[in-house]
Amino acid sequence: MTHSVVQPTPASPTPEGGHLLEVRDLHVEFRTGEGVAKVINGVSYHLDAGETLAVLGESGSGKSVTAQAIMGILDTPPAVIRSGEIRYRGRDLLSQSEEERRQVRGKEIAMIFQDALSALNPTFPVGWQIGETLRQRAGMSRGDARRRAVELMDLVKIPAAAKRLGDYPHQFSGGMRQRVMIAMALAMDPKVLIADEPTTALDVTVQAQIMDLLADLRRDLDMAMILITHDLGVVAGVADRIAVMYAGRIVEHADVRSLYRAPAHPYTKGLLESIPRMDQRGQKLSTIRGLPPNLMRIPSGCPFHPRCPYAQQVCVDVVPHDLVLGDGRTSACHFAQEVRDDSAR
Amino acid sequence: MSDFETVAASENQAARRGPSGEPGAPNQVGGTSTLAGKPRSLAGDAWRDLRRKPIFWISLLLVLLFTGMAAVPGLFTSNDPADCVLARQHAGPSAGAIFGYDFQGCDTYARAVYGTRASLLVGALSALLTGVIALVVGMLAGFFGRWVDAVLSRVIDVVLGIPLLLAAIVLLKRVSSDSSTVRIAAIIFVLAVLGWTTAARVVRSSVITAKEQDYVAAARMLGAGNGRIMWRHILPNALAPAVVVLTIALGSFIAAEATLSFLGIGLKDPTISWGQDIDTGRVHMRESAIPLLVPSTFLALTVLAFIMLGDAIRDAFDPKLR
Amino acid sequence: MFRFILRRLLQMVLAFFGTTLIVYALMFAGQGDPIQALAGERPVTEAQRAYLTEKFHLDQTGVGGFFYRYFDYIKNLVQGDLGESLTGRQIGDILAAAWPVTVKLALIAMTVAVLFGVTAGVLAGIRRASIFDNSTLVLTLLVLGIPTIVLAPLAQYFLGVRWQVFPPTAGSDPDFYALLLPGIVLGSLSLATALRLTRTSVAENLRADYVRTARSKGLVKRRIVGVHVLRNSLIPVVTFLGVELGNLMSGAIITEGVFNIPGVGFNLFRGIRTEDGPLVVGIVSVLVVVYLVSNLVVDVLYAVLDPRIRYE
Repeated sequence: MTHSVVQPTPASPTPEGGHLLEVRDLHVEFRTGEGVAKVINGVSYHLDAGETLAVLGESGSGKSVTAQAIMGILDTPPAVIRSGEIRYRGRDLLSQSEEERRQVRGKEIAMIFQDALSALNPTFPVGWQIGETLRQRAGMSRGDARRRAVELMDLVKIPAAAKRLGDYPHQFSGGMRQRVMIAMALAMDPKVLIADEPTTALDVTVQAQIMDLLADLRRDLDMAMILITHDLGVVAGVADRIAVMYAGRIVEHADVRSLYRAPAHPYTKGLLESIPRMDQRGQKLSTIRGLPPNLMRIPSGCPFHPRCPYAQQVCVDVVPHDLVLGDGRTSACHFAQEVRDDSAR
Repeated sequence: MSDFETVAASENQAARRGPSGEPGAPNQVGGTSTLAGKPRSLAGDAWRDLRRKPIFWISLLLVLLFTGMAAVPGLFTSNDPADCVLARQHAGPSAGAIFGYDFQGCDTYARAVYGTRASLLVGALSALLTGVIALVVGMLAGFFGRWVDAVLSRVIDVVLGIPLLLAAIVLLKRVSSDSSTVRIAAIIFVLAVLGWTTAARVVRSSVITAKEQDYVAAARMLGAGNGRIMWRHILPNALAPAVVVLTIALGSFIAAEATLSFLGIGLKDPTISWGQDIDTGRVHMRESAIPLLVPSTFLALTVLAFIMLGDAIRDAFDPKLR
Repeated sequence: MFRFILRRLLQMVLAFFGTTLIVYALMFAGQGDPIQALAGERPVTEAQRAYLTEKFHLDQTGVGGFFYRYFDYIKNLVQGDLGESLTGRQIGDILAAAWPVTVKLALIAMTVAVLFGVTAGVLAGIRRASIFDNSTLVLTLLVLGIPTIVLAPLAQYFLGVRWQVFPPTAGSDPDFYALLLPGIVLGSLSLATALRLTRTSVAENLRADYVRTARSKGLVKRRIVGVHVLRNSLIPVVTFLGVELGNLMSGAIITEGVFNIPGVGFNLFRGIRTEDGPLVVGIVSVLVVVYLVSNLVVDVLYAVLDPRIRYE
């Protein structure tokens, strides 16, 4: 961070020259007719300029909700942000007005979604949809917006971009549609790109192409990226750091290399062991036993304890704090050291 | 590719749950709550929902009231609707006749009460016949699929494309008999022949849904024949949505009968019908409005009662827009 | 797009022959005396009998004769020759005088439905479960539940005769003001349906994924609702209104009859009352064609509005 604008906010002590984007102790609930679901329970993570953070977790772990809270596009109701801060360039987005937050969306922080077919408006041509941001936000003329839309489509490597400007989303293949989505997100030159499961809906071969494209674009355009996924394989080549989420908490946080070498949380360990590997052919694939927790009744103590092979009485009684393991690694497990040592063996 | 079983399973579960409209969490919440939550039946949910709705109770009360009126009109008035004396033409309300007398000098209220029977009879029997046609066509199309479905679906399209009132006019013009039984039967036949399509579509789609359930496959593997599967497993599933559609249809059939009688091609004297009385009252509204207002109110309340009842039940059973 | 229209057109031609055949068969087949069937209970003069026999080729017998007569009827229908009513007037002339009035009435009804139905529907959809939403739901249910044969005379009585806000009947050459009340009565049903349809459609589209995308682009709420949501929500509404315009033109029998508006529906109303068979057959045939054509127009319109259908 070189030119961050720090706003003095007396309520919260922010260190000077902090991170580009920082989520602090975020709590989000969903209030439905059935009861209150605690979806995010004290999530904190940060993102620095030029890096890629992968947020990993099962569906229901709260990874997408956190991203939507950053964007300010949570549906309220049913969602309620109970507490926490989301700081972008030092400013707390949550205390800003809706109009101020709108200015940030797309221009500073942009987001792409999982299923491009439903995320794009079915009744407008893709060129119009890419150009709309430019016309509405940058005040471009119709013609300029068209020209810029073609450039953006070229940038995301859509063949014959100029010819496809007038086509509708349903006329594109899944991969091409996701590229349109990316082009649209890049329209305003955002500093942060949040990619919410960008490849989940795609074929395996196309997945790799899209991931490569995202990595290239991030580097060429000097953005920072939050990559949300449930797929460890997608993460390895692209991310710098990984935050693993479970039941609305970050349970482990580490750089990619050390996390893969020796996970320090039983949940991460379980995830890694359930990846099929070439050198373990013929062996039974291990899985994590049990099911994800009911967010209306999160287990006491460590929320992972009912599924955890390391669980002791202390896990049922005491909520584990983040244990700092050095190298910026943390793990929210009472037995983090043991788990890491086990994994390293 | 490294998808974990747990992850894949929960993703699928979330995907199967409703439209992906609600971003993120509701899916996730729903996905887990069923696993730990207490099982509740759809019917139980619907009933709890219905019980708190005043519209449901009001319409149910009205339906019961008019059914009673149709069954034993003598309980609601002691006057004879056929006792008409021209000398009393348009005489105002009195102790003997609370709504006075109409153009023919008949008791306005007594005629409206006695008119209930024909209306409800036509409505109920048309709905019943409609239900039979819809169940047969819908079950055949939904259960056998392929060309049976293709042919029956086209038939539904064609019949749906026929404007009801125009077709009823053409059909009923051919009935020249003045016998009350013949005319009632003819109207029931015409309404059912033209009005079964919506219900048939509903039955068809619920049959298709039921057919794919695991227990149907299980029954088939245990050696149950087509007939038995349809009767024991599929029919019960198709029945509830069909009944809801038919309740609403019953209301509109009553309105259709009244419209045809109003035009002069439905029920005729000596059968007492609201449609005909409304027409007479309308012509003479400048002399006295009561003979127009009374049957109008009866007709509107009856139709409304059935439509509101059906609407309330449908809302309760359709969790999508709750 | 072209192939789509061609396919629809072909379907319409099939539907046209199917429907007219049914109408024709119902009017004439298996009747003891087809001429008496046309005339109902009225006595038929020799001159009328001769005219009808020649007109409908009733001297031909058997199945062959039936189809001969049917195709003759189709030929006349296509040529616009609808024959004479029992009163001796050309049915074509009657319709030519009646159409403009009916179209005017239908347009008033449609305007009412669009102006109030769609606007209130959008508002109710945005503010779902609000007081406004709940009260429109109850109100529209009331309108949907009250038959036209109740609504039209009551409106005529209270607003025309009792409080004299509107002229109670339209008369032979009605102006806009005289058609306003009947237009509102006729349009109220479409209004209620359009409102409910718009509401559901808007509420569903507001929850669609593309709305989330539009928000993350940093668009203002007015634009998200006014452009993105509305464009998608109005597809089913426009389709419904198109079908409804066809219905309004052919379905104004009661309203035109009650308010004495000399339109197509009124002539049909009178034809039924006076048991004028040829007039009823002629008008019903034409109305069926209008109905089919309006359905075709709506299908094409649907394809224009929804790109997913267009390139199917």
